[in-house]
Amino acid sequence: MNDIIKKLTAIDRRYLFIIIALVVVIPLLFKPKFPIIPKKPVIDAYKAVDSLSAGDNVMISVDYDAASMPELQPFLEALLRHCFKKELNPIMLVQWQLGAPLGTRAMEKIAKEFDVEYGVDYINLGYRPGYTAQIVGIGKEIRDYFITDYKGDLIDSFSVMDDIHNYDDIDILVGLEAGATGNIWVQYAGARYNQRIILALTAVSAPDAYFFYQSGQIEGLVGGMKGSADYETLIDHPDVAVAGMAAQSFVHILIIVFIILGNIAYFFEKRNKGKTLGGK
Amino acid sequence: MIKGKGIPLTITFLTGVIIIVTFFIPHSPFGEFEQTALRWYSIIAGFTMLLGVDSLLRSHIKKFRKKDNNWEYSIVVFIAFAVIVTTGIIATVRTGNAFNTDTSFMYIYNHMIIPLQSTMFSLLAFFIASAAYRAFRARNTDATLLLITAIIVMLGRVPISDRFIPAVPALTEWIMSVPQMAAKRGIIIGIALGAIGVSLRIILGIERSYLS
Repeated sequence: MNDIIKKLTAIDRRYLFIIIALVVVIPLLFKPKFPIIPKKPVIDAYKAVDSLSAGDNVMISVDYDAASMPELQPFLEALLRHCFKKELNPIMLVQWQLGAPLGTRAMEKIAKEFDVEYGVDYINLGYRPGYTAQIVGIGKEIRDYFITDYKGDLIDSFSVMDDIHNYDDIDILVGLEAGATGNIWVQYAGARYNQRIILALTAVSAPDAYFFYQSGQIEGLVGGMKGSADYETLIDHPDVAVAGMAAQSFVHILIIVFIILGNIAYFFEKRNKGKTLGGK
Repeated sequence: MIKGKGIPLTITFLTGVIIIVTFFIPHSPFGEFEQTALRWYSIIAGFTMLLGVDSLLRSHIKKFRKKDNNWEYSIVVFIAFAVIVTTGIIATVRTGNAFNTDTSFMYIYNHMIIPLQSTMFSLLAFFIASAAYRAFRARNTDATLLLITAIIVMLGRVPISDRFIPAVPALTEWIMSVPQMAAKRGIIIGIALGAIGVSLRIILGIERSYLS
């Protein structure tokens, strides 16, 4: 037994890495299916978007980059599908410069699936620096920050922007957050201008927004890839996030097994040390 | 007569006070002033990127000249910087916008930046697994509580528990909504009070470290 414990404690971490790699890759190849049961914070986010009427404006803020892409990009695509299906007008803007092409990529991809026209049914405003000032300033006039769209064309040349000047003209704001920008949306757009807000965050950031959700400062909360999978299920279009759930499930279980094994080894090691000391 | 450090301190004081006033009185002329100040902030934020580039290049030039540890990587930084700037300019001149999907600039983004960033972040999974095995020990009551909570939340956050142990997701939601949030609220209230305190110290000129 002692030999096994010794081996367990001295295991080369490269073996752990190989096991992790296999546990991620194999489910992605064989795609076992698990039932996705959406949770209340995501259902509330879905209901908030679903309750809007055709022609309503949804401001989508892309505040993440490629590092958080597996968690948030599926939600962005699911949200855009939901918006276009309901004939809502997505108004996209970006607060993380390296996220701008990700937003553009999702918008172009999903727009092709629907009969929608750029500048009429949706628009991509792109990135501008200084997000705190911008988030406060949009409360008065969005044109103070976005005179042109992401391609440099005047936003006044697009009919979708005709009646959009400030938060009064935005029916709901959805922030996709990998950092603290979501707090600023809540503190300024929400608290000062009463903007309705939904936040989608990486799994590691989601606990930071639970108190906003409980207090009603945000109407819905989509956390991590699981949240994205929940949303994909709700719009009845299972996609990348749902496919990733099997890998994520097995990796979580593997890490729990690692923790348990590590602790078993630790307890035996501790007991043996105690016996040795006691013997002396 | 205000001179020396008194000038930035006076500017900070006046700006801080006026911005606070504009929050409570958004009408003319305060509202317009606030909007102008916010636009200035946005413009200044744009220029801070230049400062960032300057700082990055200077530190790597210094490292390269002194042949510090891993100075070879500085060459990669210089090449990457030159390539990105050049392709960005070429793409803008040719197509009017570097972010058009078929530009060389976007090729670099799609085929280098995205894989690099994704790789860096996904490496975390391996390190977390290794750390979970080696360091996450039930050494005392606090650590044991943390460990049990972590296991419940990890299980409750994946759909496999919905199928096999449906009580766990509900317990996870409770952990997130009650004990987790209680601690988080305390922290956020503390941070907010701290932020107010520091802001007042800066506006009143007590905290001057930003001048050095």
